[in-house]
Amino acid sequence: MIYALLLIPAIAAVLSLAVRHDLIRRIILITASVCHTAITITAWHKEAKPLFNGWLLLDKPGLLFLTIVSVLFLACSFYAFGYLASESGKRKQDFEEGVFFTNTPEAIFCACLLAFLTTMTLVTVSQHFGLMWVAMEATTLATATLIYFHRHHRSLEATWKYLLICSVGIALALLGNFFLVIAASVPESNDKSILLGTLIQQGHLLNVPWLKAAFLLFLVGYGTKMGLAPLHTWLPDAHSESPSVVSALLSGALLNCAFLVILRSYQVCLAAGLGQFCQELLLLFGLISIGWAAVFILGQSDYKRMLAYSSVEHMGILAIGIGIGAGATYGAMLHAVNHSLTKAMLFLAAGNILAVYKTKTTKDVSGVLAVMPITGILWIGGFLAITGMPPFGIFLSEFTIVKSMIEQGKIGIAIAFLVVLALIFIGMAIAFLNMAHGKKNDNVEVKSNPDTITSVLPPLALGILTLVLGLYIPPVVNNLLHDVAVIMGGN
Amino acid sequence: MNNIADTIMIFLVLTNFTLLGLSRLGTCIRVVAIQGTVLGLLPLLFNINNIELHLIFFSIAIISLKGFVFPWLLRRTLRDLNTNREIEPFVGYGTSIALGIVILMICLWLSSRLLLPVATESNLIVPVAFFTIMSGLFLIVSRKKAVTQVLGYLVMENGIYTFGVALVEKQPVFVELGILLDVFVAVFVMGITMFHINREFDHIDTDQLSKLKV
Repeated sequence: MIYALLLIPAIAAVLSLAVRHDLIRRIILITASVCHTAITITAWHKEAKPLFNGWLLLDKPGLLFLTIVSVLFLACSFYAFGYLASESGKRKQDFEEGVFFTNTPEAIFCACLLAFLTTMTLVTVSQHFGLMWVAMEATTLATATLIYFHRHHRSLEATWKYLLICSVGIALALLGNFFLVIAASVPESNDKSILLGTLIQQGHLLNVPWLKAAFLLFLVGYGTKMGLAPLHTWLPDAHSESPSVVSALLSGALLNCAFLVILRSYQVCLAAGLGQFCQELLLLFGLISIGWAAVFILGQSDYKRMLAYSSVEHMGILAIGIGIGAGATYGAMLHAVNHSLTKAMLFLAAGNILAVYKTKTTKDVSGVLAVMPITGILWIGGFLAITGMPPFGIFLSEFTIVKSMIEQGKIGIAIAFLVVLALIFIGMAIAFLNMAHGKKNDNVEVKSNPDTITSVLPPLALGILTLVLGLYIPPVVNNLLHDVAVIMGGN
Repeated sequence: MNNIADTIMIFLVLTNFTLLGLSRLGTCIRVVAIQGTVLGLLPLLFNINNIELHLIFFSIAIISLKGFVFPWLLRRTLRDLNTNREIEPFVGYGTSIALGIVILMICLWLSSRLLLPVATESNLIVPVAFFTIMSGLFLIVSRKKAVTQVLGYLVMENGIYTFGVALVEKQPVFVELGILLDVFVAVFVMGITMFHINREFDHIDTDQLSKLKV
C-alpha cells in the first residue's frame, strides 16, 4: 500500500514529462491524484504494512496528515485542469507592471506538481529522521519550479528567497539530525538508530542536553519551512507570486508536513521527559507568529499576501495548541485539518478573482459578488471560516484551544490570543467585504459568467468539508484525532 | 592519526578565513572546491584501520561532487557574467575577517561547554565544524552576489558534514546518499535560478531583488 502511495505519483510525474499532448497530461495528473486519494481512504480501514524494517510506516499522525495532503491535492488537481487550459499560450503580459513573460512548460509544471505529492507522501510515511530530512528538502526543490511558473522577475525573486532561506533552514535541521544521533548514542542503549519507534522506546536513556539542542535545531530548521515567525520571511513572497493552485498546496499541505516533522521530534522529547521544555518553546514561537501576522494583516494592500500572513497566523495557532497541551492538543490537530481546507479554498477563490480582475491590490477589486456570484459567496464564506466564525470548523478548533487555556489557568495567554484574533478579524473583514460588495470597477472586462466548473467546484467542495467539520465530526475522524492527540501528549 | 585530523581541522579554519577575505569569485569557487575535496577524504582517514568498500565509494562520491561537479556548475554560471568580483559587499573584507575571529572564539567557548558522550579523533572537530557552519551563514548574509550566497550554503553544508562524519555513528548508506543527492539537486536548481536572474536583470546582485515587501 505504501509502495502504491509513493509510486503512483512518481510514475505519473515521469509519464507527464514523456507525454507530448497537454490534455493527456492533465488527465494523468487527475488520475494520479484520484488513485492517491482512493488508496489513502483505504488506509483508514485497513492498516498498511510497514516496509523496510519499519522505516516506512503509516502510523496515526502520518495517516492524518497524509489525508490532508491527499484531499487537498485532489481538489487542486481538478482546479489545475481548468487553470492550465486557460494559461496555455505563448507570451503573456504581466498584470502589474506590463512586462511580457512566458510560463514554465506545462510538462515540467505537472511533473513537479506530482513530484511534490510524492515527496510530501514520503514525509508522512517515513519513520527515520534522516529519511524525513531527505524528503523535506526534496519538497523544497520540487516546489521551487512551481513558484517560478510565471517567468517574470517578481516570481524569480520569490523563488530565490524561498530556495535559499528554506535550504539554509533545512540544513540546520540536518545538524539537528546529527545531534539526535549523538543524543541516542549512549552506551546503555543497544539500538542506536534514529528510527522514531526506537527513540521513543529508549526515551529515558537519551542524552538530555544534546536532545534539547536537537529539538531547538529542528524547531528553527523545520520552523522555517512551516512559516513560524520570525523565520517566515520567504512565505508571503512565495505565496503571493506563485499560481494560486500552488499557493493553496504550499499553504495547506506543505506547511503541515513541516509541522508533522516538528511533532515527530516532539514525540521523542516527550518520551525523554522534555515535554515542558518543548511546549514553552512552541508557545513562544506561536505567540510571536500570531502577533507578527496580525501586524502585517492590518493594512495589507495585497489580498494574496494577506492570505499568506493568515497562514503564518494559523501555523502559530497550531504551535500554541501543542504548547498548551492537554485538550488543546486535540484542538491543534482539528485546527490543522480545518485550516488546510479553508485556506486552500480561499487561495483557489483568490485565483478566480485574480483571473478576472487582473490585480492583486485589494482596493482595486470590488463587486466580486455581482461579477462572479459563486466565487463571491466562496470568498465571503471563506472569510467567515478563516476568522473562526461559527458554524465553521475553525471556530470549533480555536474554541477548544482557548477553553483548554482557561482550564489551565493561563488567562493572560487566552486574553492575548483572543485580542490578536479580533484584530485579525477586523483587518480581514475590511479587505474581504470591500472586495465582495460594491459596484464592479469600470475598467474590468467581464465575460457573461466567469465561474466555470473547474474553478468553482474544488473550492466549494473544500468549503463544504470545513462546514461539515464545524457541525458534525464523524466518529472515525474524531477517533483518529483523539488518538493522535494522545500520542502528542494531550488527552 | 591525531595529527592528521588536527591538520585538516586547521586547514578548514584557514580556508574559511580565506573565503571571508576574498573578493574574486573564481578564486572563491576554487577554495570551496579544495575544502570539499579535503573533506571528502575525512571518512577514509577516520576509519584508516578498517576501510570498507562502501566508504571508498562514499568518499569518491563526495570528492567528485564537492570538488568537481559543484565548482564546474558554478563556474559555468559565472562565465556568462560581466563581473567576476564581489563589489561592495554589505560587510567589508577586513571587517569580515575580524568578525570571523570573534565567531571562532565564540565557537571555541561554545564547544567547551558541550560535553560529548562519544570519543572523538580530535578535540578541534566540534569548534571547527561550528565555525565552518557560522562562516557559511555569515557569507550568505553579508554578500550580495548570488554565487557567493550559494558558496556560503556549500560552506555551511561542509561544516555540518564535518560534524556528521567525525562524530556520528555510521548512518545507513541510502540516507547518506539521499542527503548528497538533495544537496546536489539544491545546488543545481540554485544554478538554474541564478542563470534566470542573470538573464532577467543582467546581474546577480541579490540586493536588487527587493520588489516584494511587507
